[in-house]
Amino acid sequence: MGTQTSSSARKGSERMEEDVFGTAFNHRVVLRMIPYIRPYGALVGVAIIAMLLFTATQVAVPWLIKEGIDGYIHNDDFSGLTLLIAFFIGNAMLNWGASFTQELAIARVGQGVLYRLRGELFSHLQRQSVSFYDKNEVGRLMSRVLGDVYQLQEFLAVAVVTLGDLLSLVGITAMVMILSLKLGLISMATLPILVIFMAAWQPLARGAFIRVRRAASVVNGALNENIAGVRVVQSVNRQERNLEQFDELNSENLRSNLQATRLSAGVLPVVEILPAISIALVIFFGARLVGADALEVGALVAFVMYIQRFFDPIRSLTMQYTQLQRAMASGVRIFELLDNQPALVDADDAIELPKLSGDIELKNVSHSYVPGQEVLSDVNLHIKPGQTVAIVGPTGAGKTTLVSLIARFYDVDRDHGAILVDGHDIRDAKRKSLATQMSMVLQEPFLFTGSVRDNIKYGHPGATDEQMIEASKSVGAHDFITRLEDGYETFLEERGVNLSVGQRQLVSFARAIVADPRILVLDEATANIDSYTEMLIQRALSRLLRGRTAIVIAHRLSTIRGADQIVVLNRGRIEEVGTHDHLMDSDGLYAHLYAMNFAALKDAMPGGKDTK
Amino acid sequence: MNILARILAIVFRHKWRLATALISMVGATSAYLTLPYLFGTAVDEIASAFEGGGVSDEAMIRIGLAILAASSIRGILTFFQTFMGESLAQHVVYDLRNSYYNHIQNLSFGFHDKNHTGNLMSRAITDVEAIRMFCVGGVIRAPYFLVLFLATAIILLLRDWRLGLVSLGFMPLLAIVSAVIRLQLRRIWLRVQEEMAELNTVLQENMTGVRVVKAFAAEDQEKAKYDAASSAVSADMVKVARLQAMNASFMGFIYLVAIGLVLWYGGQRVIDGSLSPGELAQFLFYMQLLALPIRHAGMLVNNFARAFSAGQRLFEIMDCKSEVLEVSGAGDMPTVRGHVRFEDVSFRYRNGPLVVEGVDIDAKPGTLIALLGAPGSGKSSLVHLLPRFYDLAGGRITIDGVDIKEATLKSLRQNIGIVQQDVFLFTASLSENIAYGRPSATMDEIVAAAKIAQLHDFIEELAEGYDTKIGERGSTLSGGQRQRMSIARAVLLDPPLLILDDATASVDANTEERIREAMESVMKGRTTFVIAHRLSTLFKADEILVMDEGRIVERGTHASLLAHGGMYRRIYDLQLRPQEEVMMEFDVPDPVHRHEENA
Repeated sequence: MGTQTSSSARKGSERMEEDVFGTAFNHRVVLRMIPYIRPYGALVGVAIIAMLLFTATQVAVPWLIKEGIDGYIHNDDFSGLTLLIAFFIGNAMLNWGASFTQELAIARVGQGVLYRLRGELFSHLQRQSVSFYDKNEVGRLMSRVLGDVYQLQEFLAVAVVTLGDLLSLVGITAMVMILSLKLGLISMATLPILVIFMAAWQPLARGAFIRVRRAASVVNGALNENIAGVRVVQSVNRQERNLEQFDELNSENLRSNLQATRLSAGVLPVVEILPAISIALVIFFGARLVGADALEVGALVAFVMYIQRFFDPIRSLTMQYTQLQRAMASGVRIFELLDNQPALVDADDAIELPKLSGDIELKNVSHSYVPGQEVLSDVNLHIKPGQTVAIVGPTGAGKTTLVSLIARFYDVDRDHGAILVDGHDIRDAKRKSLATQMSMVLQEPFLFTGSVRDNIKYGHPGATDEQMIEASKSVGAHDFITRLEDGYETFLEERGVNLSVGQRQLVSFARAIVADPRILVLDEATANIDSYTEMLIQRALSRLLRGRTAIVIAHRLSTIRGADQIVVLNRGRIEEVGTHDHLMDSDGLYAHLYAMNFAALKDAMPGGKDTK
Repeated sequence: MNILARILAIVFRHKWRLATALISMVGATSAYLTLPYLFGTAVDEIASAFEGGGVSDEAMIRIGLAILAASSIRGILTFFQTFMGESLAQHVVYDLRNSYYNHIQNLSFGFHDKNHTGNLMSRAITDVEAIRMFCVGGVIRAPYFLVLFLATAIILLLRDWRLGLVSLGFMPLLAIVSAVIRLQLRRIWLRVQEEMAELNTVLQENMTGVRVVKAFAAEDQEKAKYDAASSAVSADMVKVARLQAMNASFMGFIYLVAIGLVLWYGGQRVIDGSLSPGELAQFLFYMQLLALPIRHAGMLVNNFARAFSAGQRLFEIMDCKSEVLEVSGAGDMPTVRGHVRFEDVSFRYRNGPLVVEGVDIDAKPGTLIALLGAPGSGKSSLVHLLPRFYDLAGGRITIDGVDIKEATLKSLRQNIGIVQQDVFLFTASLSENIAYGRPSATMDEIVAAAKIAQLHDFIEELAEGYDTKIGERGSTLSGGQRQRMSIARAVLLDPPLLILDDATASVDANTEERIREAMESVMKGRTTFVIAHRLSTLFKADEILVMDEGRIVERGTHASLLAHGGMYRRIYDLQLRPQEEVMMEFDVPDPVHRHEENA
């Protein structure tokens, strides 16, 4: 937790760092906001005019009161007073209209900006390559994106209020000086004290608010994890202890909030007493000026009113200061995220792949996630259209990396070989044109919140119901789906928790089939399915794979014996390639793995030690 | 109203904070209310001096000091009012968070099946925050504004009832407008909160399922989904802003009109001599005090509206009764020997069809019961009934003759260990994760458990060994390693009963072998229910239960079931046997044929 603030230290790395606070004004953030605001230029214009009008009509009120008292009441001129009141009401109506227009226009601009920003963040996060998500935990990303966009929303609100405050500060200062320069200067005498006090107070408050934010994010993190892992918590009876731990975090959050409150409330006596001193001075010296005929009574009334209002914006400015800091920090982080170039982008001149026959060739492919640690080294492989290739090897051999590269989740470095599909280098093709002709079934089935239908037609919303049902039948999912409460319309809760893991995998199989891909990749796809269903799928697959190129990662040797080629990977290198019989004969790693598998079963067998 | 009452009930737990805040508030307000009077007096002094020439400095100093004194009192009391108010709000939120958390963590699996983590989190964050704002705004500020307003109104009416009526006549109008707008706002806020939840779900799923999104090139489809939710949020937020703007601007207008009328009517009274200029000024100053409550009334209205919808959402969760409850007088179940009986057990999720029907099992202590069947045949549901993650629809389950419903949940579950396939790991060190169910375990015990689970060697190879932190969902561990973490956890708990999913995770043969060994050593001496995928497990099982559509269709040992030639035999031939083919090729005696020979 201690070193969270060093955000710039890891520039260039994809991992996003935490930074809780920034300065109250960051011109770069403000400049970056401009393109988002620009489309609303006219609306911003309206808002600014309305704001000016609002401030003017607001500042005019004490002045009109002064005119009423000094100009008409003092001179016993009732009809003049009535006329002035009519004018006063007119001013109030303008104020009403300006106030409404200002608020609505600002909200429209603000929401428009947020909408665009949210959309852009979403697209940007989508564009990030898979490696980005390897490095950034989703929970953290979520809370950052949500938190920062929320802060920015608050910022827009606060920025507008601040702008209004500054405007009225200018307006009031001008009016006071016009009314009486001398008295105006006297009334401002306490201002330097306030400025000095605030300068001393800010750093303290900053520290306190940093602590508050930290504590809050720790509490929320703990809550999130414990809710997500609630099944484990209940299984091992840890509720009491977890509550204790949560209570500790919650208490720390409480303490830091109280400390921050003590500081922010501590300002109040000062901002209360300073204006009182100003008003007392104004009354004292004002009385003398009135006595000396240099000032009228109504003007003095207006003066007191102005000074009371003068401190309102200052008070709210101090309150908004911390909000501004927070918002700027959020802005910095949001733009940092948006500036994070996806590791994998289509080139401008990327080609659209034609309908593929499914020929795949890997030429001298090497790959590493961490510089210096090669996961794949110098892999050469040619898969002919329609072939089924099985990839086997011990854990960590690079099997998943190999298929991830073919699916272009990651790009192969230009100087580390190439992957060609039907002769096209996939780095020069549009990713989408490759992805639409390729389907994957991953080891851990991932379903989306939505109906079973949505999930099977995922990525191909145009598929017909017949295609969907046929696909489901072909993988043996149709039966259980029709037995669900609402059949294909059954709503899947969070990632399909209302289905068993095996059922989820069947749905993701159906999803892969609906796509009618040229290339099918199965990454340990049957690992989580029970044996019976796996068998059903294996049978269906032999039919489904007909005419498609298939790459299958599997650990059960018995299930891959029918492959056209078996690729044995070990420590990132291809150790052997060939058919089952060929590999068994050559007595290499494959034969060894095969024997291991056999030994495992032999041990498990009752009386398995028997020999012929 | 009920919601408000419930929020206030939590507020009243912190009586002295509330009292201090409110008393300070009354004091501060009283001091505040003297200011217009002092200003007015000053104006009168000055006006009369103006008429008579010469102003007495002394009088002015007296008034000036009085203003200073009143402001100082107000300043200090405002500090207490604000601090105590915020402190109250923080304590309320603290209470709320703790009880929300504790409630959720004790709700049954049935509840968690249908509620997203994201949804529960958004309630914990935004709705709790709305309650905090309500405590500051609704509980402290609103009474403050009300007191300020009422006191000002009374003073105005007492000073001069006609002028007072002129200055206050606009109030009923404001009250009506606010009430109407409040209702509309509340509705919109509820909707906004739901839309936000939807928005967040899409975002989260896109990040978690990034490989699937990319593999299916579904970016555009997802973006459209997200945009729809996003623009709904924006549209509703603009509606909120419009209502707020209408309310606030109208209030401002009415307030200004009232000042105008006071100036007009009061001016007339000054002209005809029935009111002094100072009194008119006093009126105007008092009305200035009203500006604050009026300006903030709109905000408070919004504040109330949000608190209502937030409270509704929070209490909705807090009112969820766990579907699994302890009976009154439930006793602690001691450490059991492990004789488990299912008697005519049936079960359904919520109002769905029965997923377990008429199941009878008699598992003697230390036996291994294997469950086999297609996905959705009810295996997982059945084993989840033993620790009472769900309650039965019919029948009963006993352990050592005691109905599990008669035992406290804690003592029941202490007797049962669970090894999951999709295990959840917490952001903590490896050793903390292993000791998750028994935080008091010593390092030696943890290492011993890791050894049994075949994890020790792997952990030792890591730079930080057992102190290695693992991330969200254990993303740094492979499937096989996670499964063994789950085994290590169970070993450390040393429960007499064990529920185990022996899914053949994605591992190579070597690792597979280690897992199998780990599984076997953890099963030793415990009554074990295993959802079997491995042939080796089935060989060893004392009884195999073959399930289909919630019923046990066949039962027996591996040998007897094979001989029976039913569903088990079919599954065996179709899938289990290929596991065995290996053996046949190497010409190892085959239990099937051997058995047939015997028969």
